[in-house]
Amino acid sequence: MSTVLAGTRRARRDPAVLGAHTSPSLWQLAWRRLRSDRVGMVSLSIVVVFVIMMVLSGVGLVAKDWGREVGVNYAPPTFVGADEATTAGGATTGAPTGTTAASDFHSSVVDPIGDVIAELKGEAPAATGAAGGSVDPLADVMADIRSGKGGTASSAVAPEARAATLPFGGDKWGRDVIKKTIKGSETSIFVGLAAAFVATFIGTLLGALAGYYGKWVDDLLNWFYSVFSSIPYLLLILAVAAVLQQKGTFTIILILGLTGWTGVFRLIRAEYLKHKGREYVQAADAIGASNARRMFVHVFPNVSHVVLVQLSILVVGFIKAEVILSFLGFGVPVDVVSWGSMLNEAQNELILGKWWQLVAAGTAMAILVTAFSLFTDALRDALDPKLKGLKGH
Amino acid sequence: MTAYIVRRLWQMVPTLLGVILLVFVLFNWVGGDPAYVLAGKISNQEQIDNIRRQLGVDQPYYVQLGIFIKQVLTADFGASWSTNERVSSILATRLGPSLTVTLPLLVLDTLISIALALAVAYVRGSLTDRLVMIACTVGLSISILVYIIVFQYFFAYKLGWFPVQGWGDSFGENLFRYSSLPILILLTVSIAPSLRLYRTFVLDEVNQDYVRTARAKGVSENRIMWIHVLRNASIPIITNLMASLPGLLLGAFLIERFFSIPGIGREVILAVERSDFPVIKAITVYVAAATIISNLLADLMYKAVDPRVQLK
Repeated sequence: MSTVLAGTRRARRDPAVLGAHTSPSLWQLAWRRLRSDRVGMVSLSIVVVFVIMMVLSGVGLVAKDWGREVGVNYAPPTFVGADEATTAGGATTGAPTGTTAASDFHSSVVDPIGDVIAELKGEAPAATGAAGGSVDPLADVMADIRSGKGGTASSAVAPEARAATLPFGGDKWGRDVIKKTIKGSETSIFVGLAAAFVATFIGTLLGALAGYYGKWVDDLLNWFYSVFSSIPYLLLILAVAAVLQQKGTFTIILILGLTGWTGVFRLIRAEYLKHKGREYVQAADAIGASNARRMFVHVFPNVSHVVLVQLSILVVGFIKAEVILSFLGFGVPVDVVSWGSMLNEAQNELILGKWWQLVAAGTAMAILVTAFSLFTDALRDALDPKLKGLKGH
Repeated sequence: MTAYIVRRLWQMVPTLLGVILLVFVLFNWVGGDPAYVLAGKISNQEQIDNIRRQLGVDQPYYVQLGIFIKQVLTADFGASWSTNERVSSILATRLGPSLTVTLPLLVLDTLISIALALAVAYVRGSLTDRLVMIACTVGLSISILVYIIVFQYFFAYKLGWFPVQGWGDSFGENLFRYSSLPILILLTVSIAPSLRLYRTFVLDEVNQDYVRTARAKGVSENRIMWIHVLRNASIPIITNLMASLPGLLLGAFLIERFFSIPGIGREVILAVERSDFPVIKAITVYVAAATIISNLLADLMYKAVDPRVQLK
């Protein structure tokens, strides 16, 4: 409470607001509190950078040529050194020395993880097309290249000159890992944001209806809620994924959005229950506002901070879920690169000592998710200063 | 008390019916004609008609729903579409491996995170507290996939401390040999969120008046934390634990897949890959039932832990 008063007092002294005798709105106050939160601002700017990167990559200004094979196959990062890729990988991760790593690859029996993954994927009749990295149409060609590899940059398959190293390494085909990560962020962040909007919209709408109307509407929607929430989340997602046969970015947004609304529903319903009896809603009723107007014009702005925080929480959850789904091959199609499909490729590459794709995708995701979580915390504190005392110490 | 339990059990019926209806709508309606899924791409009309008759999908929807409800009640979902194994026997044999991993995990996770939460909450606001919380946030942000890939590569493949994957026949071998690395990985992933949550539960209690009173009458700090605070903080902790119980049956999808542990989670992933509908349907319905029952158990546990709670 005292924080709110302090904020108002500061607002009166603020020269910009001094003339007009208006008190700052909830959003102005929240923005002011957020701005004074250093961790919150840093994480917000990191999130903004990621989103800008996603948009730029989406319109084709950045990482447009991510698919070009600019380096040798598995080109190591420049800071590791340009010589034999396998030795370089071994030196940094403690992987086997160049010769053993290479022989591991050629006799696939020594590669126990890859073997089983391949077996798992091979067993799936429907998933062969989308199984991701391990079903590699070029495997034979690649093996030939590798066995004949003498450390020279240009091999028989590529007439153009290829770099021996790339700033942060290259993937199986010699594509720049950094550009690939940016391209992957496009899918992962877009899916996270879009699915969170869908889920928040459904949850808010149903929660508003249930909380505002009560009676049989509430009973019905509550029943709906208890049905959805009694199925564990990941199981529900997988069940829906099993049913929706065609893969695609929009399918996965739909899956996540349609299954993830329950948390928002519960909170928004409680908020509407609390608000519908308040005087300002009665006053709106008295001046003849319709139910829909009272619900969404009068009450909604007063609960919108809850919606915003929930939205933010959902984005983080959905980015994580998308990565897992794409990893398993239930997410985006094979020709779309996402952090999940990069991790899928990286899993087999690690055994060869090629750790850079794993690090690139893993780090990008960790940074974004950390920043987004910290931003969510800051947002919640900024919108509800009463919570701060409870949470802090 | 008995009246309460009976009423709650009665209230489960509509929810369970809803779950059955949801699964039915998903698999018989949203997914299109299941006969086509089972028949695959290369099949003639005659085969499809045959399959339709076998599955009963040539009947009107209400008859199909009746068939499905009967399947749920008799636990007889027929045979798996891809391996022809009975679904009931799939469920029975896959449950053990899942529980072998998840039960020890739950016990260890609970004990470790409660102890850490009490410790961190005791030094709240200090550098240690802040560092632990930052580590939790960062640790939470790394994808579980990265943990699994790196740990499996490093501890099993490189150092050879654990088997890379596999599953044996004896319980002891499974628990101590094949489950140790999976449990270690899952602990790494699960302690951070539990610790963060339990810390807030403990912090809600340490500022209460009864703590001050206990301190004033000379109770030792250890006793305050372990007896007074823990007992009160255990109420939300129990809710959280009960909410995670159904997850035990399900196992850990990704871990079971990476380490080829023949559990329920791996079965679900395989079933989704193979469009093996009976298996997914059975697992979804029964796990939902388990969730509903564990919610009731959570409420009963409340009453046991906190005498102030009135069951209505």
